[in-house]
Amino acid sequence: MSVNWFKYSSPQTFFPLAGRLALGFGALALVACAIGLYLGFFVAPTDAQQGESYRIIFIHVPAAWMSMFLYVVMAFWAGLGLAFNTRLSGMMASAIAPTGALFTFIALWTGSFWGKPTWGTWWVWDARLTSELILLFLYFGFMALQAAIDDPRRADKAGALLALVGVVNVPIIYFSVKWWNTLHQGASVSLTKSPTMATTMLTAMLIMTFGFWFYGIAAVLLRARCIMLERERGSDWAAQYARGYARTAA
Amino acid sequence: MPSACSPRSRRSSLLPRRSSAPPVEKTPGIPSLEAVDLRCVRGERTLFESLSFALKGGELLRIGGPNGSGKTSLLRIACGLLEPDRGEVRWGGESVRRLKEEFWARLLYLGHANALKDDLTAAENLEVACTLAGLVADGGRVGEALRSLGLAGCENLPARVLSQGQRRRVALARLALGGGTPLWVLDEPFTALDAAAIECVQDLIGGHVSRGGGVIYTTHYEASIGAAVSRRIDLTGSAT
Amino acid sequence: MIAALRCVIFRDLLLAARRNSDVLTVMLFFVIVVSLFPLGIGPEPKLLRTVAPGVLWVAALLASMLALNRMFAADHADGTLEQMMLGATPLGLVVAAKVFAHWLVTGLPLVLISPVLAIQFDLPRELFGVLVLSLALGTPVLSLIGAIGAALTLGLRGAGALLSLLVLPLYVPVLIIGAGAADAAASGLGGNAQLLLLGAMLIFAGAFAPWAAAAALRISVE
Repeated sequence: MSVNWFKYSSPQTFFPLAGRLALGFGALALVACAIGLYLGFFVAPTDAQQGESYRIIFIHVPAAWMSMFLYVVMAFWAGLGLAFNTRLSGMMASAIAPTGALFTFIALWTGSFWGKPTWGTWWVWDARLTSELILLFLYFGFMALQAAIDDPRRADKAGALLALVGVVNVPIIYFSVKWWNTLHQGASVSLTKSPTMATTMLTAMLIMTFGFWFYGIAAVLLRARCIMLERERGSDWAAQYARGYARTAA
Repeated sequence: MPSACSPRSRRSSLLPRRSSAPPVEKTPGIPSLEAVDLRCVRGERTLFESLSFALKGGELLRIGGPNGSGKTSLLRIACGLLEPDRGEVRWGGESVRRLKEEFWARLLYLGHANALKDDLTAAENLEVACTLAGLVADGGRVGEALRSLGLAGCENLPARVLSQGQRRRVALARLALGGGTPLWVLDEPFTALDAAAIECVQDLIGGHVSRGGGVIYTTHYEASIGAAVSRRIDLTGSAT
Repeated sequence: MIAALRCVIFRDLLLAARRNSDVLTVMLFFVIVVSLFPLGIGPEPKLLRTVAPGVLWVAALLASMLALNRMFAADHADGTLEQMMLGATPLGLVVAAKVFAHWLVTGLPLVLISPVLAIQFDLPRELFGVLVLSLALGTPVLSLIGAIGAALTLGLRGAGALLSLLVLPLYVPVLIIGAGAADAAASGLGGNAQLLLLGAMLIFAGAFAPWAAAAALRISVE
């Protein structure tokens, strides 16, 4: 049995598939997030040291994981697009960036909310928060570069190169920031340290991660559909879709 | 017709003296340049589609068409600067984008821009251009090339003070030294030139073709260049 | 090929020499920015001594970034860049040569003038060596990384600000390690680890950045 891997590599065939997948993953995301949040906010036990305010990690940590994961995925699609010169890969990379930036922002914002009751300040130059901040700048840089270039093909390729350079630098940035943090803050407890995690806490965090992941997939696929329509607006299938849509909307 | 120039600035000593570089070998018969099924889309417009041509040694190819029809894009695709939306350009059977430096060492490209630095003198500009292209460019030959294009006395003037026509001639002086590169791709070589310079450039191109080189060029000026095989492709500027 | 690379370096140096306002502007910017910090945070000597390496590094970083635009923009505008791309020498090597010339003109002066500015901050004499060495190793890395950004933003509207946004996150590790070298030396640990790391970054950047910048140039010129 031979699988036709390239069946969905053209926007025309991928468009309807993306729609169906987005719907499915969106529903799964809702379910997972609902379960995760319930577990996290109502079932998981109160933390010995931090009381109830620690519960924000059920959003903070999965968001941080997703932000870094999505950057790698974005770099993967970007690399694929550069190597094989496929249009769809570039569209996927462009679609991922805003969602990745959103998760980074959520991680930073919830990190702030955690910091306030715990440390008394809205911002602390913790290793992870600082790395997340720089990751946010990397995402913004990618989006700004693509926005500044008119020609979509040049925008895809330039963004792809930037994403690849960025993905190589992300571990370097993370380790240098971690080193900088330990050097300057010494033995103070960091936000990342959680000595013992009750099983419920871990489960809730994992479920939230999956929830965010499914949301990420759904959002990216929907955005990719918009990008496909915009880029391919001269083609027949896009015109047909637009007409059909207009007819049902009227 | 030499222009009224008077040498004023001192010749710089920072450029390395070229003395030990081996001369570029003259390839007896050049491999052919083939364009296969080229398609070019710029912005929203398809400039041309399913365009194919071949160029062998001793042939002259003129690309014609109205403004905006894609002549410059076609030349850039032929050089390997621009990637076509479909199709490929081959040199001796292999894609030029894969050959890269191997192909570019055999290519001399003259674009719209003169590729001159304002702060360098005419002679320095020509020397740098030739060194980068891998051509032999010692002081004597550079001076000779500039003089052959009517720029005697302008060698040590910064490009900033030269007129448009003089700058174009400095750029074209590379042709006088480019005998060793088989393929010449020239974008509007006759722009801003006076009659004597035009004749000079026509002779250079004709000479190159008769020695077995290939030349692709675009122009709005009806040049008369004697060549064994002379073809013309006209781009309409609106593909289906 | 070596002749072509030598030619590129000499050409860039010659151009910088004939229009030396560019060089001086970058150096003056460095000096002015460094002088702004005491005006902003107060002249207390102990505080200034502590922040000196960081301030000098940030100022050098900003000055270096200011100069990035001139790396490829002028050549792109007059068509010389296209000729380099169609030359017989691999573009990666040409870019490396250009970055080297660029560093000689914009980075090296900063390194040489930094001890004078360190005196302004009353930095202890023993730390001068580490500071200068860290800048000497770090500013080429900044030029190499900056070359990628300059190549990506070639010819774009608002290229200057966009370039900063692209390149500053990538500068962060160099800044942390570089400024950390003098800090470590000040605290008695010795800055050798950081200097070695900077050397490693320089080798890594020197090996990969020119090719990434060359690829970016080809994308930008299409």
